[in-house]
Amino acid sequence: MTVTTITDAQLAPKDYASDQEVRWCPGCGDYAILKAVQKACADMGLVRERTVFVSGIGCAARFPYYMSTYGFHTVHGRAPAIATGIKLANPDLDVWVMTGDGDGLSIGGNHMLHVLRRNVDLKIILFNNEIYGLTKGQYSPTSRRGTRSPSTPLGSIENPVSACAFALGAGARFVARSIDTLQAHLIATLKRAHAHRGASFIEILQNCVVFNDAVFDHITGKEVAPEAQVLVEHGKPLVFGKNKEKALRLKPGTIALEVVAATAPDVLVHDETNRPLAQLLAALEPPFPTAMGVLYCSPTESYEHDFYAQKGAALGKGDLDALLNSERTWEVVP
Amino acid sequence: MATSSISRPERETRDSVVIRFAGDSGDGMQVTGSQFTLETALAGSDFSTFPDFPAEIRAPTGTTFGVSAFQIHFGGGDVMTPGDAVDVLVAMNPAALTVELRDLKVGGTVIVDSAAFNERNLSKAGYARNPLDDDSLARYQVLKFDITKLTADAVKPHGLSSREAHLCRNMWALGLLLWMYGYERTATIEWLNRKFAKKPVIAAANVAAVNAGHAFGETAEMAEHMVGYVVPKAHVQAGRYRTVSGTEGLAWGLVAGLRAAGIEKMVFAGYPITPASALLHTLANLRAYGVVTFQAEDEIAASGAALGASYAGALGVTSSSGPGIALKTEMLGLAIATELPLIVIDSQRAGPSTGMPTKAEQSDLFQAVHGRNADAPLAVLAPTSTADCFDIAIEAVRLATKYMTPVIVLSDGYLAHAAEPWRIPREADLPRFPVTYRTDPEGFHPFLRDPETLARPWVKPGTPQLEHRIGGLERDYDSGHISYDPDNHARMTKARADKIAGIANDIPLQGIALGADHGKLAVVGWGSTFGAIHRAVQIARDESTDVAHIHVRYLSPFPRNLGDLLKRYDRVLVPEMNNGQLVKLLRAEYLIPAESLPKVTGKPFRVTEIAQAIGKIS
Repeated sequence: MTVTTITDAQLAPKDYASDQEVRWCPGCGDYAILKAVQKACADMGLVRERTVFVSGIGCAARFPYYMSTYGFHTVHGRAPAIATGIKLANPDLDVWVMTGDGDGLSIGGNHMLHVLRRNVDLKIILFNNEIYGLTKGQYSPTSRRGTRSPSTPLGSIENPVSACAFALGAGARFVARSIDTLQAHLIATLKRAHAHRGASFIEILQNCVVFNDAVFDHITGKEVAPEAQVLVEHGKPLVFGKNKEKALRLKPGTIALEVVAATAPDVLVHDETNRPLAQLLAALEPPFPTAMGVLYCSPTESYEHDFYAQKGAALGKGDLDALLNSERTWEVVP
Repeated sequence: MATSSISRPERETRDSVVIRFAGDSGDGMQVTGSQFTLETALAGSDFSTFPDFPAEIRAPTGTTFGVSAFQIHFGGGDVMTPGDAVDVLVAMNPAALTVELRDLKVGGTVIVDSAAFNERNLSKAGYARNPLDDDSLARYQVLKFDITKLTADAVKPHGLSSREAHLCRNMWALGLLLWMYGYERTATIEWLNRKFAKKPVIAAANVAAVNAGHAFGETAEMAEHMVGYVVPKAHVQAGRYRTVSGTEGLAWGLVAGLRAAGIEKMVFAGYPITPASALLHTLANLRAYGVVTFQAEDEIAASGAALGASYAGALGVTSSSGPGIALKTEMLGLAIATELPLIVIDSQRAGPSTGMPTKAEQSDLFQAVHGRNADAPLAVLAPTSTADCFDIAIEAVRLATKYMTPVIVLSDGYLAHAAEPWRIPREADLPRFPVTYRTDPEGFHPFLRDPETLARPWVKPGTPQLEHRIGGLERDYDSGHISYDPDNHARMTKARADKIAGIANDIPLQGIALGADHGKLAVVGWGSTFGAIHRAVQIARDESTDVAHIHVRYLSPFPRNLGDLLKRYDRVLVPEMNNGQLVKLLRAEYLIPAESLPKVTGKPFRVTEIAQAIGKIS
């Protein structure tokens, strides 16, 4: 398989918008994600006819209708499977999977696991709003314990799944996290994901203004953000705080992170190829800062690359008559 | 034989013979049967086979539930079924004898390995006494040989362990049976040398066992029992033949269909399930023919990957058995809604739920025709024989791509494993129905319908200026955009139904397999019951009964003359391996008082069962 890079430098973000009216709730975080994706597409000069957005079901899954590329709005949770089929049929297509916490981690959790471990060359963007929006506000697999919802009036008693920890556990080779409102960071992260060959997984913390408003405010709020987020960058120290005065390091004698002064010895430098470090970062939750950025990136050949590169794997137009006459045959004469 | 010191009687002629090889699931009965089949074929007889094996891979040795059997019916006439009753039963142990004896004809021959009838095996099979020592087998001709020892002696020069020597017993039995019917050993010896190419000692020992079994028949001093037979050659159409199983027929038919449609690539996505997995295995070796196979994480993903491939312009195919097809239901709905080609092969097995995985049934007809949420029509086809599997797969590709629709092919566990002789077609003689992918942006929308077929255009992502979005949400008839308009939904529902109904104008009229196009009784079947029904109707007609055989290959939509045709008979009898499904579809569709003849034992119909039912009616 040859990866050909064709770009279309002429297009502006609006050229990636379809003629369909966007129908998310006013104030939904999805608008910001749509804007960031369209901007990233324009920045990268993606060729519209070679780009396919595939989705399952849910608010996030309406995404393909709003792009002027090819798009397939499929069934609940199954977008990774359908996208895998698309890539097997045509590895040259640039395929994005747009999913949510319910779609990707509940009903489609099995497909997410396998698409990541197989390392199919897909951009998988998971909108995490910790709620089922389109079905009117039930708790989701990422909802925190105690979440009150129509189906959990006394509060959820389930432990949430961490999307990034799940992805790393499944063997993903590119795992990142960003926020709907963090436009520049989100666009840069989308571009990093696109540059990665293989399955690239991005969790976007996304605010559901109707059913779960402000659920990430303790992380994303302007006031708290410097303390509540650590922006990870390969080769740079893991510092945070208003004046970057705090840092993360391994607590001596343990395999756990601790917060220390940025001036302390042994402050960790982010190494995005270090899987155990990525797992520690992915699992950080308050009172630790939440890690944002590319937690892990360690490319290897993609599934479809390896499929077509297998010895004796060349697809061709074999001799059908030879196939039908293989093994023992006999002649009946008139 | 002039050179033999023992005087042998002349070989007797038999028009047709039914042999059943039975033993432990580790005794190699399936390969024994397959090799006997090949030698039969090469000798020019017609045949039909029925492998019958347990769901357990290696059930505890000697138990009744571990018995694996392979039946072959061969002869000079038109052999249509694996045979009702067995002429020769080869029982490698007491369990095989107790399980299979009930199908042996009175006066039939039973060949046993006497060494296997030890106390331990007898007790596992539930025998209080050794049946070889009392008169319980008096109604049969019993040929008991110490096959274990005879095999051990034959393979001794090759220095095998006693365990390895024991595994050659089936080849000794095969050698004996080949002698009994005057068949060659050449193909078997070639096969053994190929199969054990990396273990020449094992190959040589197995060859020695085959030869020893053959020589034993030739020289055994049991002249009055050991009669050799001659089975005449069949009179069949001239041409080149081979054996074909339903699985092979489907796999090669899909490849032929891919080529006929001029599609570059097939993506076959499956998930392991009995008895459908063999299709995945067969196709996995056909990359050179443009076949991509994908073992998905589950049945749902398998159907999803196949549909994704179709969306991308390849031929998407998925396969399973009943319980797996149930899981593919939602993807079939999406394929219907988005109007994409998708081929689904269902190797039906006994159910519900896990049911009897290795036993055949035809009980997914309702699931195929109606088993989806909402009004969700698609095309359903059923092959009538292993050879027909090839043709039906090509037809499935034609309909799926021409009408942009999922097509379900209802095979079954019996067809998947059974084998028949097959006249090999030449590629040059196969049909051609090249697909056209839309590339013209002028006036395009994704649900613009062909006025004749009502099919929408197939567009490969990657085609400039045709970027569009499709999905499971209802779409506007005139633009393809999302629409919840009530009248539009009614119009789209009708369009989807009309498109499938219109296929009736593009398939052959329903023919009559045997008999007149009107009369007292029509026996109407579908799928793998063809042979049994045909033979039963033949027998009844030979006795001057006014009866015809009609076999339906197109189950959705039905051929457009089917209703009128059936109304020309006083009575309609529908034998099927389910609790009455086609019969209900026919009654619902045509308001005719069709009568049901169900069989749900997990075994194919016997000719006599259908013949008796005809006798009662007429």
